[in-house]
Parts: sequence; structure tokens; C-alpha cells
Amino acid sequence: MTTLQTSLRSAQGTLIEVKDLKTHFTTPRGVVRAVDGVTFSIERGKSLGIVGESGSGKTVLSRSIMGLLPKHGTIREGSVLFQGQDILHRSPKEMRGIWGSEMAMIFQDPMSSLNPLMKIGRQIAEPLREHLGMSVKDARTTAERLLRDVRIPEAARRLEQYPHELSGGMRQRVMIAIALACGPTMLFADEPTTALDVTVQAQILELINEQRRDRNMSLILVTHDLGVVAGNTDEIAVMYGGKLVEKAPTKTLFAHMKMPYTQALLESIPRLNQPSHSRLTTIPGRPPDLVNPPRGCRFAPRCAFARDRCLEEEPELTKGEQAGHVFACFYPVGSSEYEERKLELKRKSSASAEEGKK
Amino acid sequence: MAGTGKDHLRSGDDVLLRVEDLVVEFPVGRTGLKVNAVTGISFDVRKGETLGVVGESGCGKSTTGRAIMQLPRPTSGSVLFNDKDLTKLSGDDMREARTKVQMIFQDPISSLNPRRKVWDIVAEPLSIWKRGTSAEQASVVDKVLEDVGIDPERARESQPHQFSGGQCQRISIARSLVLDPELIICDEPVSALDVSVQAQVLNLLEDLKKQYGLTLIFIAHDLAVVKNISDRVAVMYLGKMCEIAPSDALYQTPAHPYTNVLLESIPVPDPTVPFAGSAVEGEPPSPVLPPSGCRFHPRCPNVQERCKIEEPNLRSVGNDHWVACHYPLHGGEAPVKVSTPSTKN
Repeated sequence: MTTLQTSLRSAQGTLIEVKDLKTHFTTPRGVVRAVDGVTFSIERGKSLGIVGESGSGKTVLSRSIMGLLPKHGTIREGSVLFQGQDILHRSPKEMRGIWGSEMAMIFQDPMSSLNPLMKIGRQIAEPLREHLGMSVKDARTTAERLLRDVRIPEAARRLEQYPHELSGGMRQRVMIAIALACGPTMLFADEPTTALDVTVQAQILELINEQRRDRNMSLILVTHDLGVVAGNTDEIAVMYGGKLVEKAPTKTLFAHMKMPYTQALLESIPRLNQPSHSRLTTIPGRPPDLVNPPRGCRFAPRCAFARDRCLEEEPELTKGEQAGHVFACFYPVGSSEYEERKLELKRKSSASAEEGKK
Repeated sequence: MAGTGKDHLRSGDDVLLRVEDLVVEFPVGRTGLKVNAVTGISFDVRKGETLGVVGESGCGKSTTGRAIMQLPRPTSGSVLFNDKDLTKLSGDDMREARTKVQMIFQDPISSLNPRRKVWDIVAEPLSIWKRGTSAEQASVVDKVLEDVGIDPERARESQPHQFSGGQCQRISIARSLVLDPELIICDEPVSALDVSVQAQVLNLLEDLKKQYGLTLIFIAHDLAVVKNISDRVAVMYLGKMCEIAPSDALYQTPAHPYTNVLLESIPVPDPTVPFAGSAVEGEPPSPVLPPSGCRFHPRCPNVQERCKIEEPNLRSVGNDHWVACHYPLHGGEAPVKVSTPSTKN
């Protein structure tokens, strides 16, 4: 195990390949198509940010890859290749060999993910004993070292404490220590900083990134905050209504955004460099109901640039001009149809402003 | 860091709310200790103004909002609303005063009664106060619902769970508007919402403020959101006020090291701006045993000996910009350069 892991540390190439993954849930209301045909891959040692609003399927996607969804009522199709092997249809028992030692996850709420009745030390030692077969003594020394790695002061004393004795940021550090314990090659972080204050958020993001570089680990960072992914990931995938609608290297995405949805999402964020009382751009309506998703492009009913074709036909992911850039839109940002509509909208808004003055 | 000092309070007839030396303490069990949630802060809000209050969790921003409503009554200090001290009112006078000050909360779904029809929820304040005939009440409710963008017909037959989070927040806003209040205290009204919906609600609040002639206190942890909506912003840390200034000035030239740290910690949605990393170590200490002197001194990047002993008072650094720091980043006697991440890299 250890030698295998050392060889993986320096390894290159594709770690995970997700092909046409569908995750549907059967509910009394009907089948919820939470993830509906998503394809992407992630290289070793790289970080991918998955961005979307609530209900876009970003959390279900990451749990689906890791096999953390309840079996009952869940339909999963497609394939998830982890180091070349399909793991989508493995049972939880078979997945145990991968969980912890190969794949680990950090969740949003550290308080409810930690066992409130178990001391911190035992919670970190548990995966070490379970997956790596360490002795109690070795596990304890490793746990202490891990706590120091995630920069928790007075590591030895913390091992004897319970989660409620730690602050929110400290608890999230403990979660990271547990996730890193068995040296995973793939780390999922699902909104890891949403419950934290902004100064602590910066510290935790820094820590996750530093550990990723040191360990040549791949990272999937799931978040609703475009600011968090902008500075912390190599690539960004944008999800909407259970579909992947745009994916590109981080810099390309921000410089050559193609999907009107991504554009609208970015514009609706209040910025510090805007003067106060600036009018915010909004996206009308709300995300689609995934029991009856709209025909055609799922964003079309809310899209200011949608045309008849968007409401009828579903756009495929197509390659952009930049390397590694894909998007699903018939009339992307910069196309002649897009610019034409943009002018129309501008005229309309200035006309209505004129009317307002009268 | 000190809210002590009242030089920053403004005079004039148009001051709607004036809070002086507000202290809120909560006992910790029977230990004899107390949580110093808010320790002697003063501020005022003019008619038609929006005051933003920002800070990290536990800084006392929500407690301040609730203390204005006397929920619970502050330990000491005064809350003058329209020249009436709310802390001295009781019984019917207090109930009467509360119709003029309303509150909107963070979680829109849990602040609405799940078993009632939305229309009835919005109409309830009017029926409690027996304002006008039922036909008049109905027309007020319909109008307010339309103003917040909810179809009154749908509201008559639906319950809160049939609406989305953003719509529920609109309903909460409608409920707070029916009694025609003067001041609305918004406690994290958009933090549970998605960005696209958040923008809708922020724009709505701006519109309603004009339309209904409202004064707002906007409490939030998101600095960009607060900047967008506020005329004046107060920064709080551990129960004290560190800085208060017109919002553009505060964000362009923060004078308090803590404000600067907060601004630098925000991740910018632009990859060409390098991730600044954490500008400060650790987390806010416990408000049960707050640090001596300036409460920010254990985490402050340019702490001096004096900060550990002496508590700074709010003082002017020009242009209605007030800061509680011995060594402010500008406008002080001895400005100290804070190590910014750009010099770190």
C-alpha cells in the first residue's frame, strides 16, 4: 500500500474519468434528474472547481462519483473510471478499499460531520487503524503529526478534546486532517468554507491548496462562490439544472466566458470595486424543476439571449477556440446573435429609463 | 477597538435612531461569568439612510439589531427612536413603538408559519392592530404583495412551502411593510439565498426603500453586499465598533487594521488577481473573557504595546470617517504600515 502510494505521488495522467453520468432519484413527485449526463475528467494533482446554484446538482455529482448516495431510490447510469477501473457499480463494501485511502471528502458543516461523543484523537486514528492497519500507538503519533500539518496549535492536547471544545475553523481543520489521514489521491471538498467567517475561510482555502500541492493530490472543490474557485482551482466546471454547461481552465473561463448563464451569474455578484447603490444584474425566475426540466436548453426560460431554437433543441457541449474550453450554447457570448440581442436590450433599457424620467 | 466615545454621533432633526452606550450581556449558566455580546457601542441612523453593520460571527451585530427592538432588553444604554427612549417603554407603548420598527430575518422559510396561507401571514399585523375595515386591509395586503413581486391570488391559496427561498424572503418583506414602518432591521436577509436571487432581493430592498420612504439597518457578514446597499457602514468586532464611515470611503481607504484584514480576505471572482491568502491568524477570541485594551490586539498585524493596555476611542480621521484605533492606517499621528499580501509574495 505504502509503496503503491509513493509511486502515485509523482504519477501523472488522468485520475478520474466521468462519462455520461446520470443520477436520478425516485420520489413521490416523480423522478428527479439531479445529475443528467455529465462528462469530464480530472488529472492527477490538478484542482477542479464545480460551481452552481442550489439544486444545480453539484453536490449530488460529487457524492455520486464517490458512491456516497443511498442505494434505495437512486438510479445511477454512465461510468466513473477511477484509475481506469469503473467504480460506479461497486457495492459500499467494495468501495471501502477506496474510501479514505484513495478518495476522501470534506463537508460543509464540520460540527455535524464529527462525532460529538468521540475525542478528536480517536476520530483521526480510526481511519488509520481501519485502512492502514496501524497499531494504536502509531495511529496516535500519526494523528498528532496530522494535526500539526493542518496547523492546529497544541496538537497533543487537542487529541484529548471533544469537537464542541473547538471553534468552527479548528473543527474544519480536524475534518481536513481526517480526510488526509490515509493519503488520498482524490479529495472532494463540498462547500468547505461556507459555514466559516471570511478571515477563517482564507486560512482554510490556503491550507487545502498547500496540502494538495505537497501531496500531489487532485481536488474537486464544490462551491456556489465564484470568488472561491477563481483563486484556488486550475479548472472550473459550471453546472445548471443537472447539466455541465461550461468548463474551461480558470483563466480562460473568466477571460472568454461563453455561456450567458456563467456571465449572468458573475454579474449578479455585488463587487467591492463598484460604488455603493449600483444596480445589480439579476437573473429572472428561478432554477428549473428537475422533475420536469424544460425542453431544449435548461437555462433558456431565464436567458435574456434565448431564441426559439433554444427552447426546442438541447445544445451539446462544443469546443471553444481556447484549449480545454467547452460550453453548451447555440448563441454564446460574442456570437453575432448574442451581440444583436445585447444591443436590443440596451436600447430597451435606455428607452424605459427615458420613460421613467418623464 | 472601542465603541466608547460618542464624538461620531450626529445632531439634527433628521436623526431617526440614536443608540448610546448599548451594552448587552448574557449570563453563562450559574458560573457567574457573562458573555459580553455588545459592550458600549453608540451609533445613529438618519431618516432615509441605510446603515450597514458588518462583522464576523460573534461580533454582536445581530444582538445589536435585536437590542434595538428590545428583544431582549439591553443590559444598559439607551435607544432613542424618534426621541423616545425604547428602553424605558413598556406594555402598550412598546407594542405601539414596535409597529414602527420591523425586522427581517435570515431564514425566510422558518420565519413564516408553515401552516397558514401566505396572504393571511401578511395580513395578520393589520388585523391585530385593527387598521381600517377588512376591505381596506385587503387592498393594502394586495398592494404590498404586488410591490414585492408576489401574486396576491396565489398567496391566498398557497402556504410558505409552495414558494422558493427567495419568494419567502419577499413575503417576509411584505409582512414587515404592511404596518407602514419607518425603520426596518434586516438581519442577514440574503445570506441564505443564491447569488442570482440575492441580487433580486437587494434590488427590491432598494426600490422599496424609495417607494415607502424607509430607513434601513442592514446586518450582514458579506462586505460586498453591505457596501452595495449601504450609505454608511459600521464594522464590529467582539462587541465593539471599530470603524464607521460612508461606505465608499470605508472600502477605499479603510483606517482600521481589522477592516483592512476583512477586505483582503474576500476572494475576488477574478483569477488575474492572485489569491491574497489569509491576512490574519487565528479566530476571534471568546466574548466571555475578551482581551484587554483593544479587543483586536491579539490578532492585529501591527499591534504595539499601548494597544494591549489602553482601549482606543472612536475618533475622526476626516470626512465623517471614524475609527477606534491608536495607530490607524491613515489619519492618525503615527500611521503604521500593515504588511499587505502583495509585499508578502
